[in-house]
Amino acid sequence: MKTLILKTASNYLLPVLLVFSIFILLRGHYLPGGGFVGGLIAAIAFVLHAFANGLENTKHLLRIHPGFLMPVGLALSFVSGLAPVIGLDDPFMTGLWLPQDVPVIGSVGTALFFDIGVYLVVVGVTLTIIFTISESA
Amino acid sequence: MLIAVLLGFLFALFLVFVGKFFKGKLAVISALVPLALFIYFASFIPQISKGEVISQTHNWVPSFGVNLGFTLDGLSLLFSLMITGIGFLVFAYTASYLKGHKYLDRFYAYLSVFMGAMLGLVLSDNIISMFVFWELTSISSFFLIGFNNTSEASRKSALTALGITGFGGFSLLAGALLLGNMSGTYNIAEMLTMREALVDHQYYVLAVIFIFGAAFTKSAQFPFHFWLPGAMKAPTPVSTYLHSATMVKAGIYLLMRFTPVLGDTPTWNTTLTIIGAITMLYSAIHTLFRTDLKGVLAYSTISALGILVFLIGLGGQAAFLAAAVFIIVHALYKATLFLVTGIIDHQAGTRDVTQLAGLKKMMMPVFIAGFLAAISSAGIPPSIGFLGKELTYEASIHSTGIIILIAVAIVLTKILLLYAGFVAGIKPFTGKLPEKFSEVKMPGPLMWVPPILLAVLGILFGVFPALIESSLVKPVVTALGVDASDIHLALWHGFNTVLVLSLITIGVGILLYFILKPSVKLENKIGKLEPISPEAILKRISYYFTVLSRFWTNVFQNGYLRNYVTTVILFLVILVGYIFFGNSRLVIDHNQLSEITAYEMVVSVILVLGVFYTVFTKSRLAAVAAMGVVGLAICLLFVFYSAPDLAMTQFSIDTLTVILFVLVLYRLPKYLTLSDYKMRIRDGILSLAFGGLICVLALQVLAEPQNSEIGDFYAKNAYIEAHGRNVVNVILVDFRGTDTLIEISVLAIAAIGVFGLLKLRLKSSDRAN
Repeated sequence: MKTLILKTASNYLLPVLLVFSIFILLRGHYLPGGGFVGGLIAAIAFVLHAFANGLENTKHLLRIHPGFLMPVGLALSFVSGLAPVIGLDDPFMTGLWLPQDVPVIGSVGTALFFDIGVYLVVVGVTLTIIFTISESA
Repeated sequence: MLIAVLLGFLFALFLVFVGKFFKGKLAVISALVPLALFIYFASFIPQISKGEVISQTHNWVPSFGVNLGFTLDGLSLLFSLMITGIGFLVFAYTASYLKGHKYLDRFYAYLSVFMGAMLGLVLSDNIISMFVFWELTSISSFFLIGFNNTSEASRKSALTALGITGFGGFSLLAGALLLGNMSGTYNIAEMLTMREALVDHQYYVLAVIFIFGAAFTKSAQFPFHFWLPGAMKAPTPVSTYLHSATMVKAGIYLLMRFTPVLGDTPTWNTTLTIIGAITMLYSAIHTLFRTDLKGVLAYSTISALGILVFLIGLGGQAAFLAAAVFIIVHALYKATLFLVTGIIDHQAGTRDVTQLAGLKKMMMPVFIAGFLAAISSAGIPPSIGFLGKELTYEASIHSTGIIILIAVAIVLTKILLLYAGFVAGIKPFTGKLPEKFSEVKMPGPLMWVPPILLAVLGILFGVFPALIESSLVKPVVTALGVDASDIHLALWHGFNTVLVLSLITIGVGILLYFILKPSVKLENKIGKLEPISPEAILKRISYYFTVLSRFWTNVFQNGYLRNYVTTVILFLVILVGYIFFGNSRLVIDHNQLSEITAYEMVVSVILVLGVFYTVFTKSRLAAVAAMGVVGLAICLLFVFYSAPDLAMTQFSIDTLTVILFVLVLYRLPKYLTLSDYKMRIRDGILSLAFGGLICVLALQVLAEPQNSEIGDFYAKNAYIEAHGRNVVNVILVDFRGTDTLIEISVLAIAAIGVFGLLKLRLKSSDRAN
């Protein structure tokens, strides 16, 4: 599928979709969205890029193997759950929140970092599966 | 204390990143970690000896009553000091023993994970967290035994050890859950207050069996003892640390910890005495037939563990005192002997005791260490071993029951242990030096200082028993629930039966050492009994278990996706259908159903058409596209019924699924008709049954009176407790966050599975070419 239109469009679509996925991730706390959907959208953005420009180019763009996002995301989620245990001696997964809202992002707390972890894992998992299958197919 | 326990794990994590700097000369620095912990725990001695108990609790899963609580009493203090003290020496020793090894950093990481797990195990005041640490010791031990992973024997021994101790782990979990159910708490200190109720409980015996199952496998009691000699394939520092001084004593620790809770009943005492007696005698006899130094030491370790189990079984102040002292005695001399053996192996290149002789000339300090340890192991005054032996005899003689038999068994064991100690600690150094060992050199101080330190401590504590009396021994006895105020340790007990027995032991033992020489002939003789040994029997059982599971796997995991799906759905239809039609009548409340709108009709028609097209089309790609249509139609339905979150996710998932399908199908051969009519009809009936069942189920759920309590709770508390207005997302990331954490872990595992399967297949085809 080497069409010039798709190729050109995908170059602009990739950053737009990524920003959109982060937007979905962040708005999840108040409105429909969240880390899972956000991660899927980000993955779709990269897959689209791979369709238009070839897998090698997308991989080059990513620089790291998407599989690395999985442990990073898992660790982030786990640590955000563990933070209250270590910091305040609260039970595992107690939500901690900053007293003041941060502009643009909204209220910032452990749940947000947990969701970012979910986002990273989903991107990592989806891209690892799709890249691996398309490489060996 | 949380930091103290976690330090081992943190250090291991740290090594992952900077490990390469620790491989060279800096390796010895890592010994500072256990040293710091040793000093930390030693600073508690004054408090503990006054009878204080220090505890700290961190919330973990309070809703299940599981907390991360640590308690430091006499018993845990003794073990913590052993773990960190011997740990320090072993860490330092390893720097020289495995100098320049390619994976030295890994080795240190495993060792420090083990140390952290072991500390957590002896400090936990909660039986569930104790179980977690218990399993971590088994796992780190697995990696350490199999450290030489290029050798098949190492890998096999590691698996055997993991299998046996893992089985014990299950047993501990079962015991923990049962005890938690019986007492209503997982906290050991709280269980202590309801001893009467627990002992009279109808499941008491079952709980004891589970606890025994854990302790006997970990502490290598008969008939589970055989993993320990196998574990000697590990590098010697590991054998010293895990398989003589610390990990194998975890079972002993467990028994001691639960003695005040479950002990002092006929079931408890009789079983422990019998198993302990069998183990100590059985493996002490085995030491006579070994020519490998580490084999001798392994069996004498098992025997010592048997003595400890036996003493715990006897019960009472005298026996607990003997056990407490003997733990110290054994840790000191056995670790020394292992370290000495490691030096011999490292410098002379063999551990065959029939060849080794006369090494005294080159390594005098090592000989001194070996000699002192052998003396302590033999129980010759003025070593602390003498004290330990006297106390053991004292406890055995004063116990009720078949006195003569018990006394004979323990004396016999001690005689054989004396022999084992002399073979390991003295024999390699005396006699005429064979020609081939004339080039053997003295090792560096990092290797010979640790054993000498330990050996000298063994003598020092013997001469001045007051050093350990109130600081270590008394608090241990107190922790076992016995009054310890009138205990007084002294070398000289007066002229009595015990002294006579001691003299007999020493005399006969030394005689035995001079008469009997270890030889290959003897080793072969015992080899003939191998087929009826517990090891062979358990191996046969595990063989048949493998055969059975292979058969089972081949029946159900036959490699055809269609068969899996058929099995799963068939099972579900039968099970759900049975429950459903057996218990309730189908009632459809028409008033509950809303009117069908025009756009719903349109979407439904598209959906049905998509389904039919998927089933009947002759092109794979078209089928996939049609499935995509079905998925998107469902998305629309979600939108109609105000579930935008679901719709969004479903939409993304559908897009990706279609992409995945296309990627896979692109390379498949042309469309083939693989199934005949009969199969299609069968599958069709099954799908219709399944679809129908789900449909009826959904209708039935609607007819049930609605319970909106849960929904209301989430809706009400989402913003108050979790700062979020999107209830679905709040449930995912906050209320049920642990579920999500596990789900993303599963996702990651699936991705690794896909990656591994496809990449591995590529590699093997590469090799075939």
